[in-house]
Amino acid sequence: MLEVSAATVAFTAPGGPIVRAVDGVSFTVPAGAFVVVIGTNGSGKSTLLGSIAGTVRLDSGTIRVAGQDITRWRENQRARYVGRVFQDPRAGTAASLTVLENIAVAAARGRHAGLGWATRRTLRAEASSRLAAIAPGLEMRLDQPIGSLSGGQRQIVSLVMATWHRPDVLLLDEHTAALDPAAADRVVQATARLVRDQKLTALMVTHSLKQAAGLGDRLLLVHRGRIALDIDGAAKRRLSADALAGRFDRLRRADQLDDAAARTLRDNYI
Amino acid sequence: MITLLTTWTFGVTLGFVALGVFVSYRLFAFPDITTDGSFTLGAVVTTVLLVAGHHPLPATLAGAAAGAMAGSCTGMLHALLGIEPLLAGILMTTALASVNLVILGRSNVPLSGVPTVLDRAEAVILPLTQALGFTDSATEAARLLAVLAAAMLAVLILYLFFRTSLGTAMRAGGDTPTMARALGRNTSLLTVAGLAIANALVALSGALVAQVQGFADVQMGIGMVVWGMASVYLGAALVGPVRLGGALLATVAGSITFRLLVAAALRAGLDPDWLKLATAVVVLAALVAPRFLSHRPQASAAR
Ligand SMILES: Nc1ncnc2c1ncn2[C@@H]1O[C@H](COP(=O)(O)OP(=O)(O)O)[C@@H](O)[C@H]1O
Ligand SMILES: [Mg+2]
Repeated sequence: MLEVSAATVAFTAPGGPIVRAVDGVSFTVPAGAFVVVIGTNGSGKSTLLGSIAGTVRLDSGTIRVAGQDITRWRENQRARYVGRVFQDPRAGTAASLTVLENIAVAAARGRHAGLGWATRRTLRAEASSRLAAIAPGLEMRLDQPIGSLSGGQRQIVSLVMATWHRPDVLLLDEHTAALDPAAADRVVQATARLVRDQKLTALMVTHSLKQAAGLGDRLLLVHRGRIALDIDGAAKRRLSADALAGRFDRLRRADQLDDAAARTLRDNYI
Repeated sequence: MITLLTTWTFGVTLGFVALGVFVSYRLFAFPDITTDGSFTLGAVVTTVLLVAGHHPLPATLAGAAAGAMAGSCTGMLHALLGIEPLLAGILMTTALASVNLVILGRSNVPLSGVPTVLDRAEAVILPLTQALGFTDSATEAARLLAVLAAAMLAVLILYLFFRTSLGTAMRAGGDTPTMARALGRNTSLLTVAGLAIANALVALSGALVAQVQGFADVQMGIGMVVWGMASVYLGAALVGPVRLGGALLATVAGSITFRLLVAAALRAGLDPDWLKLATAVVVLAALVAPRFLSHRPQASAAR
């Protein structure tokens, strides 16, 4: 369960205007819901996810996860509840460490890192079976530096790491954007599967209309730091790519979306 | 023979500097100028304690502990106050120049007539080197064996430590801080701890060098960070891509090799005035060479 209430983040460019990247956003994600987040570049998606992850400080508002008010917690403290996969595989995995060592760091998430051996045999066995289940073949590469894997493979390992201990919220900020289409597809499938199997509460930012329409239980459209569209339940299940484009048009006619944004969304998402 | 053994002994002893720089620079990507100051700090703390009549082993360890404190100060300047690595190191080394002078009391203090940790070790190992057939050089061989054993012990401890949960988290935090923080690690604390370990090793080297050469001097740390980098790169060039254990061993091997190269160059008639310049050129060559040697374009990690 994730509760964002009246969250506001403002940035001031030197000499420039104040940009409310997140502008009084409130929404609640019940436990086990898979939310897809869309929006044009600069609409505030990353800032919103960052304020949940703790990389961005809220100017006002609160963030609650699992009943805890984590608004003032530091990024590393939030890791107890929040799992993350970055857009850039190089930001989410440590290249010079082996696949298994990366997983070992993930296995210590929310725990004290002590003087026990990091890559115990039980961890190796568990890592091997989890990787084999989600991406057969990866389990053979446990002892290779993770930097020698492809971007797509690194993102899959990242997913396994973020969900090693079931997070209360999983944040995925365009985690397939740096990948070629085939790799992106594999990572999305792995994501959908992990979210379903572990019944995860997840927020996934995507630029793919196919993903936006086909994945998740709920869709949020972020525009100028606000939630311009929130499609849930049966409406989300029925949602097709065309119907979504129709919704963009309706928003534009109601002046809730400017022309440029409506065009970009349609072009990007179709 | 004696000269060669002494050269080796210096190379191994300075290998601790190389190990320290391996930790700060290779594992944490932190070019730590504190190295120059903490090397001297280790030497002066140990020397003053030895002259005051303390047992050499705790005196040596106290030198290393002082280095750890200096390293954590640099780490805090960077991690807590947000001061850039280079500037944090420069500030600490500048401050340490005074601290070292105050501790030592004057610019140079000899250790003549004071039993050192090497004398103690020598007493234990001498029968072994004599049995091995060293005659004239049995003393030097014993001293080399002593520092070699200490260096191997340090490599083993570092290897084991950096494979624990804490050590692995430190390597992860040094490599990719975003990843470590996302997985709950306090990267500021890890950096402070990493620089403490690095400078403990550097100061230990200073403490040992003072005892090997028989005096401490407030200038003795100048250029140590470059020495360490040269050794790290030279070691890496000697063995190529290896795992943690291999890289640690290679770092010590790099230091010995570098010392031998320096000795050979001086023997061949290199004016000692040119030594630091030659060192800088070696580091530069080691930095640049891989770029020209590998013609394969770097595969994009994002694909
Ligand atoms: N650190 C920052 N400093 C100043 N402005 C920022 C910063 N981060 C984001 N912004 C601004 O906030 C707005 C939202 O950015 P972002 O959340 O990254 O958008 P998105 O992820 O939807 O593309 C943009 O106008 C962006 O320029
Ligand atoms: Mg973004």
